[in-house]
Amino acid sequence: MIEGILVEGLLYAIMVLGVFITFRILDFPDLTVDGSFPLGAAIFASMVTAGADPWLAVSVALLGGVLAGLCTAAIHTYLKVPNLLAGILTMTMLWSINIRVMGNRPNLQLIRQSTILRNLVDVLGGGVGQEWVLLGFFVVLVLVIKILLDIFFHTDLGLTLGALGNNPQMVISSGVNPANLKFIGVGLSNGLVALSGAFSAQFLGFADVNLGQGIIIAGLASVMIGEFLLRSNRIFFLTLRVILGSILFRGIMYLGRYYGYYVGLTPNDLKLITGLLIIVSLIITQTKKAPGPRKKSGGPANA
Amino acid sequence: MLELKNITQVFHPGTVNENIALQDISLSIARGEFVTIIGSNGAGKSTLFNSISGTFLPTSGEVRLHDRNVTKEPEYKRAQHIGRIFQNPLLGTAGNMSLEDNMVMAMNKGFKGLKISLNTTLRDSFREQLVPLQMGLEYRLRDNVGLLSGGQRQALTLLMMVMSRPDLILLDEHTAALDPKNAEIVLELTLGYIRQYDITAMMITHNMHHAIAIGDRLLMMDKGEIILDIRGEEKRSLTVEKLVRKFQEIRKTELKNDEMLLS
Repeated sequence: MIEGILVEGLLYAIMVLGVFITFRILDFPDLTVDGSFPLGAAIFASMVTAGADPWLAVSVALLGGVLAGLCTAAIHTYLKVPNLLAGILTMTMLWSINIRVMGNRPNLQLIRQSTILRNLVDVLGGGVGQEWVLLGFFVVLVLVIKILLDIFFHTDLGLTLGALGNNPQMVISSGVNPANLKFIGVGLSNGLVALSGAFSAQFLGFADVNLGQGIIIAGLASVMIGEFLLRSNRIFFLTLRVILGSILFRGIMYLGRYYGYYVGLTPNDLKLITGLLIIVSLIITQTKKAPGPRKKSGGPANA
Repeated sequence: MLELKNITQVFHPGTVNENIALQDISLSIARGEFVTIIGSNGAGKSTLFNSISGTFLPTSGEVRLHDRNVTKEPEYKRAQHIGRIFQNPLLGTAGNMSLEDNMVMAMNKGFKGLKISLNTTLRDSFREQLVPLQMGLEYRLRDNVGLLSGGQRQALTLLMMVMSRPDLILLDEHTAALDPKNAEIVLELTLGYIRQYDITAMMITHNMHHAIAIGDRLLMMDKGEIILDIRGEEKRSLTVEKLVRKFQEIRKTELKNDEMLLS
């Protein structure tokens, strides 16, 4: 049970890291995610079915996600569409694209295909059990991604990206085009989301066009739960708490599925629970902030 | 160095809200000049800065920087040469990031690559540069900028702006939101940097005494026009009374801006 939660938590943590980049660092609420997650799954499934190397398929899935993100950023930047709407547009278009990618099918089974996870279990799974092999693999994978992200956010480019959500004027003042940063940030985010989608297809054994439904909300809930765990301004802890938040969220969902049965909850209620979880998190953050005067957000207008 | 040719800025043209913020402004600033700008609210001072820094495209006219037409260049490109400080201390720094990270961003203008600039040598140099601020910030490199007071934040913004050695700096009432003591400190620092690096500067102020005492040229704006342009000997012998009288002669009305007279 516990290893199952950990595997799921780590698998989705890759997606949550992407959501964290857009929502928290860029302050760019990006709904593309609901489309780029199944895009990653679809690309992986159809490539592997066509006989491609699973590692190549994973890389292409990641690239596909990056392209989806760039598409959203382009709609937002060039057509001056609000970021929320730009994401919804891409997400909606991706639904059709995902079906195309899977060869005009809404889902694709991976029963006999060789995937990264299956190959790994075949080689190592004899002694320790399948779940533990998966857990080991995802611990390594998520750690590598986390460390790469940490390094990236220490570079000059990463720092500037970090400032964008906080103070766009400052980014402009430092001679950087904010539009370029949005392309980089949203592209990177959706690349991670699609990567997560590709591994989730392997984990579940199929890709489905509806795999992405509610992914953004799950990601957001995970980010917010993580924020209760640790307080810091260091990127090392920020990414760490995203991963922990994802695991904890999957834990809560597991409990909802497992024990919810006794109070009459069905798996169909999980989305409601996720939403309520976000609302509760918001209420807690609001009440924590309540004492003292509210900080002015805009500041005085320049005369 | 900077030249504005017939700049006109109209907001909401053709509507009931039509507002002529700048009327046919022509202005030429020489290298090393320090210009103070006064004028009542809505006179067009900040709009003038916006047109220089490229926040808005002017309705008509031309902006030339170093003899190059930059009228259509976006703000982030012009920022390579122009530094700007706003009245609001929050606009100059990223509050949720540390001092050192903020300083790294300000250090080199233009697109940032995948290089990790921050290292021990750079930290030492940051500390050295923070010492003259006399605010103890040299011990707080890893603290979030959001923890600093308004005065500390504005002093840091000033240092960060100077670090990239801009050709021209625009100071938009950058001490107005600070308490008197901090305002004095930040102003002193500003004057020090301008002298030390021989920076061309334009400073909007609501304080007539400052406008008269500081700098070598004074512009007074009213209703989108520059109505007074005083420099040289005339500027040195200027007093508040003379300035008020001049305004009355030109506009044939009383200068009724309590804010300007009282300060």
